Amino acid sequence: MSENLLLGDEALAQGALDAGLSGCYAYPGTPSTEIMEYIQSSPEAAARGVHRNWSSNEKVAMEEALGMSYAGKRAMVCMKHVGLNVAADGFINAAVTGSNGGLLVVAADDPSMHSSQNEQDSRFYAQFALIPCLEPSSQQEAYNMAADAFSWSEQYETPLLLRLTTRLSHSRANICTAPAQAERALREPSNPRRFTLLPAIAKQNYQRLCEKQAVFAELSDKSPYNLYYAGQDCSMGIICTGIASNYVQEAFAGKCPHPILKISQYPLPQEKLARLLAECEKILVVEEGMPFVETQLRGPLGDSRILGRLSGALPRSGELNTRLVQAACGLPLPPLVQPSPLVLNRPPRLCEGCPHISTYEALNQVLRDYPAGRVFGDIGCYTLGALPPFNAISSCVDMGASIAMAKGAADAGLLPAVAVIGDSTFTHSGMTGLLDAVWENSPITIIIVDNYTTAMTGGQASLGYGKIENICLGLGVAQEHLRIFNPLPKLHDANVRVLQEEIAYPGLSVVIARRECLQTIRKK
Amino acid sequence: MKYDIVLAGVGGQGILSIAAIIGQAAVSQGLNVKQSEIHGMSQRGGSVVAHLRLGSAAIKSDQIAPGSADMVLAMEPMEALRSLEFLSPAGVLISNTTPVVNIGEYPPLPEVLSALQAHANSHLLDGDQIAKALGSPRAVNMVLLGAMAAFLALPEEILTAAIRELFARKGEAVIASNLKAFAAGRAAVN
Repeated sequence: MSENLLLGDEALAQGALDAGLSGCYAYPGTPSTEIMEYIQSSPEAAARGVHRNWSSNEKVAMEEALGMSYAGKRAMVCMKHVGLNVAADGFINAAVTGSNGGLLVVAADDPSMHSSQNEQDSRFYAQFALIPCLEPSSQQEAYNMAADAFSWSEQYETPLLLRLTTRLSHSRANICTAPAQAERALREPSNPRRFTLLPAIAKQNYQRLCEKQAVFAELSDKSPYNLYYAGQDCSMGIICTGIASNYVQEAFAGKCPHPILKISQYPLPQEKLARLLAECEKILVVEEGMPFVETQLRGPLGDSRILGRLSGALPRSGELNTRLVQAACGLPLPPLVQPSPLVLNRPPRLCEGCPHISTYEALNQVLRDYPAGRVFGDIGCYTLGALPPFNAISSCVDMGASIAMAKGAADAGLLPAVAVIGDSTFTHSGMTGLLDAVWENSPITIIIVDNYTTAMTGGQASLGYGKIENICLGLGVAQEHLRIFNPLPKLHDANVRVLQEEIAYPGLSVVIARRECLQTIRKK
Repeated sequence: MKYDIVLAGVGGQGILSIAAIIGQAAVSQGLNVKQSEIHGMSQRGGSVVAHLRLGSAAIKSDQIAPGSADMVLAMEPMEALRSLEFLSPAGVLISNTTPVVNIGEYPPLPEVLSALQAHANSHLLDGDQIAKALGSPRAVNMVLLGAMAAFLALPEEILTAAIRELFARKGEAVIASNLKAFAAGRAAVN
């Protein structure tokens, strides 16, 4: 047994390294960040020269990983669930080209939205792309799956999606490791034309992908990760997926009288599923995330034998736990302490002395003279500006949306329109929106809060470091309306004047509020 | 053997260090461990909870079910109260009494403390005061770890070895002050 306690993220990373990984590609995002961070701090990855730098965004990371796969080496690309929306173009089409070297796409979902704006379930993406999906139920499975995923990816010339969820990503356990494999040598695809998705070639590829579906289903039925546990009480059978199977095991203290089908690999294992459906009167589907399996089993008419999140047996949204499963199975529940009315919410907040505080204080003073609701926010620590005492931003939707939404609002005549975006978010997805605003000289003011880092996820590299004003100028922002200030309390009055001038200017301006993140200074 | 601990506090109070020390100590004793952490937004001065599960048999769930924890250890009294729903009726509650007042209307502290004392097996101690008196005001988490040690089925020398390991990079002086804080916490619950 390993002496190390590894997070689910880290177990997967170690599994990939031991399976001969040559490159990891990622943009930070909770709860996926620690996969890349583990590889970055791994001495063996350094000794082997495994690629382990952050990418500008998830789409770029996806394409870089596909390029490494094209060259015959094993590549992994990691992101949080909403990152897969950004990477979706490359992801869906990588399923059509297929892989050469093993290609593993990792999406970490965040049910209950601990650090996210939705709880989308990445299993739908794998189904949409017509590729196999793995959903580990433990750190050990996450470790083991990396090697299997690479080998299946090479054998069937397909990328695989591995779906993590918050509680596995961010929970440690002791794991057993296997002997490390060598990295693969450069090996060009035997038929490189399958990577050229001209319609004539894409049609052939897509036909092949459709034909592989039966193979993938058979792989699922034989998978060591999909297990059937017989039971005597067939009044109910239980399907549990990923970490939800742990809650089922615990709800019955390991002695479940009902047949159980534990699923950690998709497409659904048809033979095992048929057996359960034939043996049992009704089926409880327990899955962490959206009702992915349950929807398929219920069908359009809502088969009343199928119970789960849609039938109301389990909550429609949010994370599961053992107690919820006990309740769904009609098991006795241990008594609960009622929540005390003395307990108040303690939301996260900006650190004392954070540069964003000074930026928001200056911005709020300028906007006192205007109607409320004119500031479009983005994703990062500065999103906390939406909370008291600042109440400074009116939106936070997706990476880079601040600039494009401010422009759209200005297009509609809502003025002034201000965008607030961080340096890393700007280079992730803000630059293209800025180009639109430059093209039309939109009367918006973009505040780039540049703290030299990707702060919210723990201070990862910000790829635009030292280049932000040149990027803006290069995209066509006028030099005289590119302003820079230092967000310090003692410079408040001067900073207010800069913002006043640029918000009053009836064209495009960019104000860079630049001061290093206190957390990254502290770590030096 | 099975022991489930909910660790509660405010971002930055060091509950993950407590979890790491106990986890490492348990692994060195051949126990299985699962330790669930919440990263991300909640680190910025918000409520933070970690679930730590130790067992001689394999542990399934990464989360402790409400009403079933053997211990709640809180670095902050209102966070103790928030996590009380996890504690089993026979479980042990250990809480620091010094509040972190970073919200507008903190509830009246005496009421919070008496709600905690209402639990049958509760041990409240002023970890901040104890750490300050030792001249190590930042070692409050080690004081609380010491207080827990009285109830854990882990030998004290294994815990202190894990403390040495965690702080090894920071030098002997830091190790010594953390060990002193641990001992003071251990003495406080006797």
